Amino acid sequence: MLNIDALMNCFGNSACLVTQSATGLIIGMLLFLVASGVTLIFGVLHVVNFAHGAFYMIGAYAAYSAYGVTGNYYLSVLAGAVAAAIVGVLFERLAISRVYKENLLMQLLVCYAFVLICDDAVKIIWGAEYLAMGIPSEFRVPPLRIAGGVVPPFYLFLAGSALAVAILSVILIRYSRFGKIVRAAAENATMVSVLGIRVPLYFAALFGLGCALAGMAGALAAPVRSLTPGMGLSILIESFIVTVIGGMGSIPGALLAAILLGFTRSFGSVGFPLFVDGAMFLMMVVILVFRPQGLLGERMVR
Amino acid sequence: MSTPQPVLELDRINAFYGASHILFDMSFQVYKGRTLALLGRNGAGKSTTMKAIMGVVPIRSGEIRHEGRRVNGAAPHVMAHRGIGLVPEDRQIFPRHTVDDNLRIAAKPGLSGRADWTLDNIYDAFPILAPMRGRNAGMMSGGEQQLLSMARCLMGNPDLILLDEPSEGLAPIIVQEIGRLIRKLRGTGVTIVIAEQNMHFCLGISEDAVVIDKGQIVYRGTIEDLRGNEEITSRYLAI
Repeated sequence: MLNIDALMNCFGNSACLVTQSATGLIIGMLLFLVASGVTLIFGVLHVVNFAHGAFYMIGAYAAYSAYGVTGNYYLSVLAGAVAAAIVGVLFERLAISRVYKENLLMQLLVCYAFVLICDDAVKIIWGAEYLAMGIPSEFRVPPLRIAGGVVPPFYLFLAGSALAVAILSVILIRYSRFGKIVRAAAENATMVSVLGIRVPLYFAALFGLGCALAGMAGALAAPVRSLTPGMGLSILIESFIVTVIGGMGSIPGALLAAILLGFTRSFGSVGFPLFVDGAMFLMMVVILVFRPQGLLGERMVR
Repeated sequence: MSTPQPVLELDRINAFYGASHILFDMSFQVYKGRTLALLGRNGAGKSTTMKAIMGVVPIRSGEIRHEGRRVNGAAPHVMAHRGIGLVPEDRQIFPRHTVDDNLRIAAKPGLSGRADWTLDNIYDAFPILAPMRGRNAGMMSGGEQQLLSMARCLMGNPDLILLDEPSEGLAPIIVQEIGRLIRKLRGTGVTIVIAEQNMHFCLGISEDAVVIDKGQIVYRGTIEDLRGNEEITSRYLAI
């Protein structure tokens, strides 16, 4: 089960090191993008969006179809994000906004029902079999060779744009008028509406933004993962691990945890291929035992 | 001389908190450009009246008319866009936002695009706030928060301002400052309703007065007449 020799060989070999690091990086950045959506929605609206994986799936399938129609991958990423945002806003208005004040179990049930509906809707529209998009034409170029390792240029685009968009959305929430209003409304919705602001629209927009991040992650993942109904579940669980390890509500924590998880996955597949998932959960348990608030989370004061 | 048009009319309104009846058939009028003092002891129903006007608390029966239009059941943001601003009794500033951000969130043009109040002239009118622009509002004293709450209300350029207990629990120097600001506001032609326990605070700054007790009106008239009405003041107002 444990192949320490292979792992040590990889660490000693720059080609293997570069290749596995690149893989770790794209896994980490995808996780970071999904987890930052979870963190935005939780941090402001105090709702744990258990349906987040469904928006990742919607983004992936929407990008797949958009690419089939337009042949333009950049447009397809945009289509994935927009499709997830639209479904996200509808989901917030019709369902989640009605359970903001309910307990966690009720929210979990609403989200889980939505996930099941989405999975079946995907089966009806795209079919139940696995779909593969393949590397988009824009990126069908020879791979970069860095220190003997192979890095597809698409990986760099994926990691770079995921990181940039996640950080941009954090800046938006912290510094824009939209972000300031929505944070104030989360603390005191009545006072914000007394100032003339339609609070429900802002909550829906924030929820849609979080879903757009998941949709974009799905669109970025579509060329390198196979598409299947239910593909959102594993990314949802991993993004929750990232959120918990990093510290609930901490974006730098989520970034650190996402990279940690990405590298555990990529190097784990060399050294302990049968225990990759186990290693991630083990890491979560160990970190939570010694730092219950997560790596960079603040101690719970409330 | 023609009778002035009321900007705001409360017509036999009744309001409840859960099962308890708070306002009983309350009726009064507020006239354009004038200031009305809504007086009464703690728990008399002053705040509920203010919240009912703003749409924060629903009314069970009766009618609220603003500029002649029935506005029962309108949401707070709708009332704000009709040109009404509320400074709530417990200030309700956003403690985790800076002073600047508290004001920016509230910025909107008034009716017919009027934008008399901007960040710059707010800081001119509220010199105490100017050096605190970047500070978190939660770190300010109660008096400073009260000034911020008033400034924030003005950022929405309202024509009718509802001030709920602006002097409550504040140091005399801040109370004086607030009195000075209200006098200045009156000079700009806005209509003001001040809910207060303290009649003396309202003497120099309002023309009209309504006294309520246990959710019912016990006096309606000018504040000068009220001042001479020993029976009402001693019975219904804490002096």
